[in-house]
Amino acid sequence: MGLFILRRLGVMLLTALCLTFIVFWLTNLAPNLEKLAKTQGNARMSDDAVVSWLDNRGYSQALPVKYGQWLGVLPGYVIEGSDGETRARCAGPGVAVEDASTFCGILQGDWGYSTVFKDEVGTIVATRLGLTGKLMFWVMVVMVPGALILGVLAGMREGSRTDRSLSTVSIVSTATPEYVSGVVFISVFATATFGMQWFKGTATSAMEDATFENFFLPVITIALYGMGYIARMTRASMTEVMTAQYIRTARLKGVSFPKIVLKHALRNALIAPFTVIMLQFPWLLNGVVIVETLFNYKGFGWVLVQAAGNNDIELLLGVSIVSVFVVLITQLISDIGYVFLNPRIRIS
Amino acid sequence: MEALTWTGSLGTILNPALMVLLALLAVAIVAQLILGFFAPAQTLQSNPDGTIAATTGPLGLAETGVKYAFLGVLAIVVAYIVVPQVMPYGSAGIVGEVSKRFLPVWVSLIALFTLSIVYKRKLGLYGKLFDSTVGMIGFGLVMFWVFTALFVGMFDMIATHDYLSQVSGLKNKGPGVPVPEGTTGAIPHYLLGGDNLARDIFSRVVQGSVFVIAIAPLATIFAFMVGITLGLPAGFYGGKLDTFLSFVANLILAFPVILLFYLLVTPEIVETGIPSYMAAFLFIFPLIFFGVLLNSRYYTQPAKRNAILIPVLGILGWLYLSVINQKGTVIDFLPAWMDLFDISILVVFVSVVFVNAPTVFRIVRGLTLDLRTRDYVAAAQTRGEGAWYIMLWEILPNARGPLIVDFCLRIGYTTILLGTLGFFGLGLSSESPDWGSTINEGRKLLLIFAHPALPPAAALLSLVLGLNLLADGLREESLKD
Repeated sequence: MGLFILRRLGVMLLTALCLTFIVFWLTNLAPNLEKLAKTQGNARMSDDAVVSWLDNRGYSQALPVKYGQWLGVLPGYVIEGSDGETRARCAGPGVAVEDASTFCGILQGDWGYSTVFKDEVGTIVATRLGLTGKLMFWVMVVMVPGALILGVLAGMREGSRTDRSLSTVSIVSTATPEYVSGVVFISVFATATFGMQWFKGTATSAMEDATFENFFLPVITIALYGMGYIARMTRASMTEVMTAQYIRTARLKGVSFPKIVLKHALRNALIAPFTVIMLQFPWLLNGVVIVETLFNYKGFGWVLVQAAGNNDIELLLGVSIVSVFVVLITQLISDIGYVFLNPRIRIS
Repeated sequence: MEALTWTGSLGTILNPALMVLLALLAVAIVAQLILGFFAPAQTLQSNPDGTIAATTGPLGLAETGVKYAFLGVLAIVVAYIVVPQVMPYGSAGIVGEVSKRFLPVWVSLIALFTLSIVYKRKLGLYGKLFDSTVGMIGFGLVMFWVFTALFVGMFDMIATHDYLSQVSGLKNKGPGVPVPEGTTGAIPHYLLGGDNLARDIFSRVVQGSVFVIAIAPLATIFAFMVGITLGLPAGFYGGKLDTFLSFVANLILAFPVILLFYLLVTPEIVETGIPSYMAAFLFIFPLIFFGVLLNSRYYTQPAKRNAILIPVLGILGWLYLSVINQKGTVIDFLPAWMDLFDISILVVFVSVVFVNAPTVFRIVRGLTLDLRTRDYVAAAQTRGEGAWYIMLWEILPNARGPLIVDFCLRIGYTTILLGTLGFFGLGLSSESPDWGSTINEGRKLLLIFAHPALPPAAALLSLVLGLNLLADGLREESLKD
């Protein structure tokens, strides 16, 4: 087991390195850097000015060198610019070049400086993640029990009408992407069009003070899309369990149906959905970006859109590191959890 | 001209009836759900005359209620569609006029369904689809949009106005608003109102179906070609090849889709030519696929092989070159007369294929791992068949069931992805009538004017729902034998 986790961690690290390098490469392509220079410096820069602007700020170094510096395994650049000013990678605003440390990268805990928000990437990511964490927490609170109940009810009597109608509900919910359900919910429940103006159409105020009124719509929008998928998996797992021999034995012993479902079937039926729920996280991230844009909730997804839209390289890298690790860690947890929950599986 | 109401004179009779039936249906469904949990399992009771009857009780009553209420609702919906066809213009309201505009679609749907149901026993898996209600509903929804796209794209029939022309005074006007005198258009109303640039929403939505119906299945086919061509050897040979390909697939899958889109689908990236290179790489897979497929079958008869392979590869190669060859990009070497088409949204197409291919790869790989231990594979190996023959002519046909089901689901997912791209305004021009962009346009003023965003949302929902139901029906039917 220990070896298995170690090997998974190794693959995870390799994946993270590859992915961040790809992001690094894509954001550091020449046209992107030119755009960065023009948005940060002067929109009407000449080509020469763009080149010297990039030279002075270390953007013209070779890609592996830049990546090494960002990672913190190579010493940060110290460049005496063509304009006479000396700039060092590790000298942030208000730090003299001489005092700057040699290494400053992810490994040293220095995530860099956001050019859009004019702030440390680490702080931005931390605050925004906190806000998104709040959103995700409530999404999980709504989604997981809802999906499990839906799936168990549908799966306990396969082929019954309850099964068919609940399965249809879950198909409908998987077929409704967040931008569709969000738009429908806002126009039905947040405008006067249908006379049901019960909720707020934006969640901006929910960042400080989340109430049922301003937070329900974004939460339900994300939860709904994921719910159907988990419910279908739960249903499949439940129908399989309900045909097992020990359920028949319990029936023949005369155990009442609710008791069979709750005591005998449920625990075994919940193993498969657990993996699915963990693997839903990457998809939830997608939903978070859409919903935060739609409801103007300035969390992690919103930062991703801002960073990508403005080619804010270091912020974008920070965001992608976090999202890639979320994906990889949930995969790891789902693998390990599966082994713990299902004693029949042993990993050598 | 007066503004149209929603249902016109037809609604005075049908609307109250519909309301009552819907309320009944809701009550019956809730009752059924609650009772279904508590009711004892259905028991059979034998009657003296030798028949058996299921005990009904309240649950049975609720089930019957659901059935009849649903049939009633269905009848009224059909009436909303059929009756306006014989009513004069405007008297059946917006619903009536919309259903009149879709007349060619209804006719084609009825023809298709009648033919399919009559001959369903001779049509294989497709025919079996008509044994499942869910499958039929799904197929109907999908074909509705396919026919709509066909009639709009090829014959210019359903749309009422030009989807780009702006008519002054109709900005953000609600559904059924009359257009000013002298405006060109098939009918003197904007059926679903005007958007924030005073364009006809109805025409934009039906025009948007052309985009989706043209791109989504094609992108899915390409993703399948890539996934199958790589997944079969990965599963069949295993070893280092499998480890490497699986690692790459997992790498792409670990990327959050939206981040990938934001990185790939920008004008700056297009400028560097990366999408063109990716297209050159990804679109070669159909060539490889068909080349290997035919070669592995006919390589023992070189004359026949050449006769088949050369024209097939010739045509595919030409298509390939004209797809990747784009004016003004890095790959621009073909003379103009040979370049059949320029796809302006190549980058959108490429990124959608790129995102979908790894999942298909994993499915194909998993299926191959399972199927390669079967007896017919061992038999083929004993006969001395080549590895590619076994993969493509023995394993692949036997994996078709799950692949067809996943194909339907994946078209739906691709539709959602295309919508996501439109929603973030990535890669598509803001004038594009595709549903994602239209929803994006509509959501900006959503709190003031809700009507522009709802029709494209409903359209996208119905198409994806149809594909999901179709996949469900196909799965059910293919599991039966």
